[in-house]
Amino acid sequence: MQPQLSSGSSGKASHSKINKTSLSRDLRFVWERSKKFLTPLVAIALALGIGAVLMYLNGYSPLRAYSTLWWGAFGNLRNISEVLVKATPLMFTGLAMAVAFRASIWNMGAEGQFFVGAIATTWVGIHLGYLPPWILIPLEMAAGIMAGALAGMLAGYLKVRFNANEVVTTIMINYLIIIGTNYLVTGPMKEVTQDSFPQSALISANAFLPRIVPTTRLNIGFLIAIVLSIIMYLLIFKTSFGYALRATGINPEAARFARMDTKKIALLVMALSGGLAGLGGSIEIAGLAHRLFSNVSPGYGWDGIAVSLLVNNNPLGVMFSGILFGALRSGSEIMQINAGIPSVLNSAIQGIVILSVIAFGAYRFISNKKEGKE
Amino acid sequence: MLLSMEKINKIFPGNVVATNNVSLEVRQGEIHCLLGENGAGKTVLMNILYGMYQPDSGQIYYKGQPISIHSPKDSIENRIGMVHQHFMLVETLTVAENIILGQWKPWKNLKEMEKVHERIKNLGEEYGLFVNPNALIRELSVGEQQRVEILKALYRGTDLLILDEPTSVLTPQETVQLLNLLRGLADKGLTIIFITHKFEEVFQVSDRVTVLRDGQLVGTTDTAQTTFGELAKWMVGREVFMDLDRSKSNSKEVVLSVRGLQATDERGLLAVKDVSFDVHANEIVGIAGVSGNGQTELALGLAGLIEIKYDRLELCGQELKKITAKNLDRIGFGHIPEDRQGMGLILPFSVAENFILGEYNSEPYSHYGFLQNRQIINHAQLLVNKFSVRVSNVKEEITNLSGGNQQKVVVARELNRNPNFLLVNQPTRGIDIGATEFVYQQILKQRDAGSAVLLISTDLEEVFKLSDRVLVMFEGQIIGEVPPDREQIFKVGLMMAGKQVEEELA
Amino acid sequence: MEDIQWIVGLQGILVATIRLATPLIFSGIGLVIAEQAGVVNIGLEGIMLLGAFTGWTIGFYSGSLILGLAAVIIVGLISGLIFALFTVTIRANQIVVGVAFNMLGIGLSGFLYRTLFGREIGLLKLESFQSIEIPFLSNLPFIGKILFQQNILVYSSFVFCLLAIYVLYHTAAGLAIRSVGEHPRAADTMGINVFLVRYLCVLMSGVGAALGGAFLSIAYTNIFVENIVSGRGYITLAIVAFGRWKPVGTLIGALIFGLFYAIQLNLQSLRGIVIPYHVFQALPYFMTILALLSMRGRAIRPKALGKPYEPSA
Repeated sequence: MQPQLSSGSSGKASHSKINKTSLSRDLRFVWERSKKFLTPLVAIALALGIGAVLMYLNGYSPLRAYSTLWWGAFGNLRNISEVLVKATPLMFTGLAMAVAFRASIWNMGAEGQFFVGAIATTWVGIHLGYLPPWILIPLEMAAGIMAGALAGMLAGYLKVRFNANEVVTTIMINYLIIIGTNYLVTGPMKEVTQDSFPQSALISANAFLPRIVPTTRLNIGFLIAIVLSIIMYLLIFKTSFGYALRATGINPEAARFARMDTKKIALLVMALSGGLAGLGGSIEIAGLAHRLFSNVSPGYGWDGIAVSLLVNNNPLGVMFSGILFGALRSGSEIMQINAGIPSVLNSAIQGIVILSVIAFGAYRFISNKKEGKE
Repeated sequence: MLLSMEKINKIFPGNVVATNNVSLEVRQGEIHCLLGENGAGKTVLMNILYGMYQPDSGQIYYKGQPISIHSPKDSIENRIGMVHQHFMLVETLTVAENIILGQWKPWKNLKEMEKVHERIKNLGEEYGLFVNPNALIRELSVGEQQRVEILKALYRGTDLLILDEPTSVLTPQETVQLLNLLRGLADKGLTIIFITHKFEEVFQVSDRVTVLRDGQLVGTTDTAQTTFGELAKWMVGREVFMDLDRSKSNSKEVVLSVRGLQATDERGLLAVKDVSFDVHANEIVGIAGVSGNGQTELALGLAGLIEIKYDRLELCGQELKKITAKNLDRIGFGHIPEDRQGMGLILPFSVAENFILGEYNSEPYSHYGFLQNRQIINHAQLLVNKFSVRVSNVKEEITNLSGGNQQKVVVARELNRNPNFLLVNQPTRGIDIGATEFVYQQILKQRDAGSAVLLISTDLEEVFKLSDRVLVMFEGQIIGEVPPDREQIFKVGLMMAGKQVEEELA
Repeated sequence: MEDIQWIVGLQGILVATIRLATPLIFSGIGLVIAEQAGVVNIGLEGIMLLGAFTGWTIGFYSGSLILGLAAVIIVGLISGLIFALFTVTIRANQIVVGVAFNMLGIGLSGFLYRTLFGREIGLLKLESFQSIEIPFLSNLPFIGKILFQQNILVYSSFVFCLLAIYVLYHTAAGLAIRSVGEHPRAADTMGINVFLVRYLCVLMSGVGAALGGAFLSIAYTNIFVENIVSGRGYITLAIVAFGRWKPVGTLIGALIFGLFYAIQLNLQSLRGIVIPYHVFQALPYFMTILALLSMRGRAIRPKALGKPYEPSA
């Protein structure tokens, strides 16, 4: 029996197919180029759409709601600056998440790390308030960073030493820190006055961050966030540490093979992530709140997760998604006041944003697969 | 004709053509070998038949009827069974539980297991496949696990049994047993498709043979009417046996010296028990053995990736208390790992980025902690050319490369450091013959340049082809040493099964 | 006299222990089933909140707790379905999806509650489930009151646990579930529909979590407040790890946590104590971390846990 050599007929068939679909290939090329930017936009649009349906079903007018939201966010200069004020802590927690998620470390503790940063800064701002600003401001920020980094490293240590799942430990540590904050503002750090507001005393004016525009609340914390976004981008994508961080996140086996100390990297990443969130808390106190109280963060740590995931954990993207979510938060507060729509809807919209990003990514995944089959 | 697969096409994402218009005809009661190199499309074709993959086009006729198979469930209903190369057994369940898995109605109570045990014992007696039905899979040896796989198919009733490279995990003796068993099954009317890349097995067991190459059908013939040479030509399109050009090793300088090494596996069981050996400069020491006898742990241990204990370990004349990344870096260590994709590469990274894995933190690729893009790209370009890696752009993600090219990247990277000690584990698993040949040449070149090479492989041919000395590993121990003389292969086989025959070999 | 007081006090704590363990048993057993099939449902917290909200709201409007429960089960099924869609079919990262679910749970329950009930937050009450005394058994000394004078949901949670044990370890379905969590491809080659098994198991965890949440708003208390679940979803994750992915271990873990809660409440209500109540508040969270640390060895967790199954194309 002779070998039955088969012809290359199928190759020809696929050639003609390629010609037929050349137009769609061009479109696809444009699409490939732009999808990086389109994904988050479509995800946001989808989430706002679902939010609109929710509002409609509950008897609100989505049109009015969103126009209020838009006006509340961008209606005038003051509102715009308020968006940036809200965006500042979100950028910090978003960066904290981006660093951790790139290393596949699921730090859910930004909320707690934000709080300890705030506590440390408040303490420094009150007790060392006699120091001149040029010493005090760096010092209080360092304290915030240190506190956040330590809180992060605690969970990191439990992970590398006891193999304790960081998702659970960081969330538990959040609860402990928040309970601790409540204790501090009702007890040891409580302001000594007649009224019984659970809050600390004001920090020294020397500890206040300078405002960018004097008539608004926008302070240099926002600029620090912008600079840090760029630094974090360089760190993750342009340095050898970032290389190791990403390698560990993608394939820890291969990272160990490449003689990277994955445990040390995990600890460092948790410290870095915690430090960023802590700095966020620090700047919230020094730039805005000027004193500690128990909802100094209305969930900024959690928002950071969505901020980061929306832009595929890219620190440069965090600048934009931070502002976007800042607008959502700021706008939704105005929406609550003016249109009576509970601002807690914001949280649901964030959840939907994350799911839309995934669903959209999945759509791409499936369409890529089909492409492969052609 | 029991089975006829017609013009089966399967293209994977990324335009990888797995099978191109392949047709296959299998007669009732025959043993039909499917012969081809790694990546020729044998396994894909059989996975299509078993319902693991869906073909893009083509038709399957079975028992005279056109059938469509969408999942293994359909093939099981058609009484088709398959023993996969990587066993499909749930380690935490017992033999009997694995055998009835998916076969019972969901709400059936497991009390009725007693009857299953009885039937397994009967089947075992009938076919000479003895296993304790109550044993957990993870307690069984590889050979026993394979018996369970075959029992799984026999238990639920099978007319067509597919075996994917079943001998790759067996010693030569166990192989003979298996082939006898298959012959017996065929005599009782079972039809068998036997995937292999070994010519000897084709002649030992099959009635007919079909050869695939690069996803295409080369031909089908009666085994009795073909010759070794003809099949070899069909399989690779040219003469196969590359004779490697090599000089005799004569170095006395010991590079690696290990005494009393012990290592545990993932489950904490002692996998390497008291191993001692030396590797000299300008020498390749091969470690032969059936997989799962401690080779993986030995390799990981020497690479400092798992904790090990030893009495004494010297590397390049230095006694090491502990193997650390720093030590290895200083001494000059290269490692071609067993699991290329899982360990040797970071798939979403670019080719260029993968070339600096392990050196990402040293000059000139990193300067004051900043990655030097130009240097990295140039370095990649250089190695791509030097090792003829087929890639259009070094910035491309390495996922897009074929298995052989990925392995070339690993080999290029590890050898480029010119290591004093080179650890090589399963260097050619799953890559085509061209790349295999290339890898062999590179390893030999490195040896000739003076490196000490420790080669671990379950492929006896490979070990014999490359090594200056062969050590045989069994159940975590080195049970003998032989010269790489082809006549010794059968004896090595005995040793791989645990028979101490050192005296005879002298 | 003092002796009797002491015994009554202990009995009270144990009665509360069982009650406080119930939501954790529901969510925990559900999670055990999902994790045995290889899916980590980190979205429990959100699903529990939705369950608590739904049970309370439907119960409040219809006046029928049974109707409320039916709605809770439906919400659990829908949540499970969506979670499975994302984690099993789309094969997204299970942690990310879980986080999104929790945000969604907090946002939706809060938004809807405020929309429906406006300012009367936490003031509206409904008639919650009453205790059912089991004839004869409830008259047993000491333990009668602890075990046999509880409400229907408490009994159901134990039945849920027994059912899980039966299915997982005594039926062919259990074999299928465990094989899917351990080696999904092997299960696939044996004709088991890996996706279907995972979907069903995730649905079970959805129902378990929703019921656990509902217990808080319509059986343990009779009000809904925002964030009523307060971390129990996350605590469940720790309990299941502590219970070594087995129903019995999880049951024990849930009871231990019930005891912590009960002791904490008891101590908080003691007068004249100098320790700030925050310490007691912190106890369950602290204990969760300790429970995780006491967990060693990965060998026993299902091997495919958290890994999406990629079927062959």
